[in-house]
Amino acid sequence: MDESANQTDGQDTRSDGAGAWRQGLREGLGMPGLVIFGSFLGFGSLVHGSGIGLVAGLVSSATTWALPGQIAMVELYGIGASLLVTVMAVCLTNTRLLPMVITLMPHLSHGRRIGWRHYLVAHVIAITSWAVGLRRLAALPAGDRFSWFTGFAWTLWALSFTGTAIGFWLAGSLPAPVTLGLVFLNPCYFTLLFVADLGSRLRVLALLFGGVLGPALHLATPDWGLPITGLAGGTAAFFADRLLGRREAHRG
Amino acid sequence: MADASIWLILLASALATYVWRALGVLVAGRIDPDGPVFEWVGCVAYALLAGLTARMILLPIGALQATDLGCRLIAVALAVLVLRRSGGNIALAVLTGVGALIILTALGLRLV
Repeated sequence: MDESANQTDGQDTRSDGAGAWRQGLREGLGMPGLVIFGSFLGFGSLVHGSGIGLVAGLVSSATTWALPGQIAMVELYGIGASLLVTVMAVCLTNTRLLPMVITLMPHLSHGRRIGWRHYLVAHVIAITSWAVGLRRLAALPAGDRFSWFTGFAWTLWALSFTGTAIGFWLAGSLPAPVTLGLVFLNPCYFTLLFVADLGSRLRVLALLFGGVLGPALHLATPDWGLPITGLAGGTAAFFADRLLGRREAHRG
Repeated sequence: MADASIWLILLASALATYVWRALGVLVAGRIDPDGPVFEWVGCVAYALLAGLTARMILLPIGALQATDLGCRLIAVALAVLVLRRSGGNIALAVLTGVGALIILTALGLRLV
């Protein structure tokens, strides 16, 4: 890569990005951060019960940073599953990250060459940062998007292992219904994020197909249920939307 | 207590997770964001997340298994209702949903 172009690139990010970065950080400390913190409190208490120890729990939150996969990892460890079974389950649970990163990346690169920065920021793309990011990034000036997302998502990342540690220490001392509420925080928040931002008919169809297939296929095959749900549900939504569009065109 | 194997599991889990993220960055540069392939990838992402979220509510693993399915559904329905009525106040809606599940569970309500 050209050295001088590289430097200008860096200066650009700094000069117009500091405000956006702080703005992202502030938003990360709001509702999304609260949900992440609460969800990881739940993970911390799960870690406490599993016997893997606080340090391993913190390392998991910092290096994996994808809660459903982390929960699967801790629970499979708890029942003494083999390394292969555990890694396979984590890998399949986290396949969602592939289409998520692909769909968010154009907002973060806007014509610039994909570089190490993008590989670094990809680590902090998970459900909350993705869903909130997609809503917010489109409204920001193109030059501010990367900085905003960096401030936002790394704040969530930092809050996640703060939550893990506090959840670990609080484990057992919280009333049982409160612990349940913390575990429920995650699916409840995701549902609301989707409902608040239904968008196009295409997205509604994808959410509907996925919502029906997800639990059904989980019953059939817990490991492969999720990847199949994505591929089958997403593809069905894609073609159903085209079919409906064609029918409308005929009628019109 | 944790033995040495947990560190191997942690390392392998982190790699098995990051590989999807790195692959996403790699592939993103090769797909036209305005084309049909990108649209399809978006569908797959939303279907996956909806599937995962629905599974977490309907067929939870872990602590939520102890709660009643009816309570969970009422809590989500109330949260969505508050979201709609409040003009999109997600914070208020989340508090409603989580609060409802806590109260209904504490009351020992069983519908299913």
